[in-house]
Amino acid sequence: MDNTNAIISVKNLVKSYDDFTAVQGISFDVYKNEIFGLLGPNGAGKTTTLEIIETLREKTSGEITVDGFDVTREASKIKRIIGVQLQAAGYYPNLNLVELMELFSGLYGVDIKPMEMLAKVNLQDKAKAKYKALSGGQKQRFSIATTLINSPKIIFLDEPTTGLDPQARRNLWDLIIDIRNQGTTVVITTHYMDEAEQLCDRVAFVERGQIIALDTPDNLIDQLVSSGFERKKEVKKANLEDVFINLTGKEWREDN
Amino acid sequence: MSTSYNHNKATLALAKASFRSIMRSPSAVVFTLAFPLIFILVFGFLGGSGIKVDVAIAPGSDLRNPVISALEASSVIHLLRDKTSEEINAALQKGNIDAQIDIQKNPSGKPAFLTSVKYTSASVDKGNILKSVLNNLFYTLNAKDVMPTVAQLNESTVQGRIYRRIDFILPGQLGFSLLSTGVFGTAFIFFSLRQNLVIKRFFATPVRRSSIVFGEGIARIGFALLGAVFIIVVGHYFFHFTLIHGIITILNMLILSTIGLIVFMGFGFVVSGIAKSESTIPPISNIITLPQFLLSGTFFSIDAFPAWLQPISRALPLTYLNDAMRKVAFEGAGLWDVKQQIVIMVIWGIGVYAVAVKVFKWE
Repeated sequence: MDNTNAIISVKNLVKSYDDFTAVQGISFDVYKNEIFGLLGPNGAGKTTTLEIIETLREKTSGEITVDGFDVTREASKIKRIIGVQLQAAGYYPNLNLVELMELFSGLYGVDIKPMEMLAKVNLQDKAKAKYKALSGGQKQRFSIATTLINSPKIIFLDEPTTGLDPQARRNLWDLIIDIRNQGTTVVITTHYMDEAEQLCDRVAFVERGQIIALDTPDNLIDQLVSSGFERKKEVKKANLEDVFINLTGKEWREDN
Repeated sequence: MSTSYNHNKATLALAKASFRSIMRSPSAVVFTLAFPLIFILVFGFLGGSGIKVDVAIAPGSDLRNPVISALEASSVIHLLRDKTSEEINAALQKGNIDAQIDIQKNPSGKPAFLTSVKYTSASVDKGNILKSVLNNLFYTLNAKDVMPTVAQLNESTVQGRIYRRIDFILPGQLGFSLLSTGVFGTAFIFFSLRQNLVIKRFFATPVRRSSIVFGEGIARIGFALLGAVFIIVVGHYFFHFTLIHGIITILNMLILSTIGLIVFMGFGFVVSGIAKSESTIPPISNIITLPQFLLSGTFFSIDAFPAWLQPISRALPLTYLNDAMRKVAFEGAGLWDVKQQIVIMVIWGIGVYAVAVKVFKWE
């Protein structure tokens, strides 16, 4: 794939705080309509990188363009074509989901039907519920619904499946794949490698503010295997999560 | 995506959301409506009756005489019958009864009745009132058929507006309601929006910071003005709160309310900026609101305070809001007549917002 296909381009991104450098010269491209994963341990700089691309944080140096717009000079244009799901973001207190949807449609300056947006993430039954009263999975789905309001070209999901049970997690994967199939580019961070393997077209490993590997999950695994790596234990045809799903059912429950 | 982004639409969407949220927030409703109304109810029922002097009729006193009937007709005297001497003496000592009156027919004919009054040192003021009422009464009774030899007294009363307790209390309560909703409400909402990353999520949309502030301001002012109208209407129809020029007076009061609220919201922005945690908001807010609650003439006229305290009272913004409100409501003053009060509030506003800009935090 060549560079003209890139919708996000990050070159030599550096972010320094007073006492440490969170991001030390990261460069990567995100291609149109792919699911791109940023992986790495906590504190590696994933969220910082994401928030700089989302125009929520100032960069120290480097160049970033999102769909051709410069992240510093054309931040407001970028905000209009992206959808952002933050780690642990809250929503306006005392409002139900429909009212929150109305608020966001005003903030994005678009006309949407709140119920249709909620239906996209299967929350139409919770229309009159408050955000606080939702389960973990429902909260994440609602957050994703708010990212879709402005029909964005790119959505950013920061650890969307952390803390969810296996059914809710799988359900969210289906939703994310569905969004990608509608033509949206997805940038996601996660701590779950099985999730990255299932979802992502390409992944970048971030460690101490630097990218140490970037490729498709398949290639990365093949490289490791060809270097002579072997798992200590022979892999069985199923794992414990398969057992969990098999025992408790794949369909999802009222409360996830 | 070709349509241009409309910032007013975003501001209005925020105002609508905020207004809905405030209406469902118990603390906002309690501070803005319930507290002022309770105070108004209490003082509304207390007020109006004026001074009453409690006078016990001594056991064995004659009851069918012109003195008793004149006292019964008096609006100031409250006669207590059927009390034993012990009860009366005990009550006199505590000051629960202000005096005892004993009237006996004069066996020797003239004058027809002998009146003895027992005052108490526990209630000198009211005793003096009774004294003057009795003097007046006896002069009239004794001089009934006699032409005055030295001077004749002619009395008349100018028909004035009745200044009821509610006319003092209601503007004070309204001012305090605006102060608390401005300071507490603003401080809490901006702190919680910041703390729960609601504002951060807003920043991921094209909305401007000014829209967030204006949207919140519009909602809070709208809510507070609805509360003000409610308080004024209840005060007017249930407790005869004086509105000299009717609807014009209400509009003037609402304009004053808006000015006051904008100043008070400035305090709220400052508090939300300096509060380190949710639990430090109430104490910091109280430092701002309580002195004004007590010293700004909410319950008592500032003139009743000791001289050293009055300059402090006259430095507080709520004092001027209360003052302007009372002038507008009871004296029928226009906004131009209270320009001095308005100017002082505006000066406060400039000062407070200068601090707010420095200490306010978005994240």
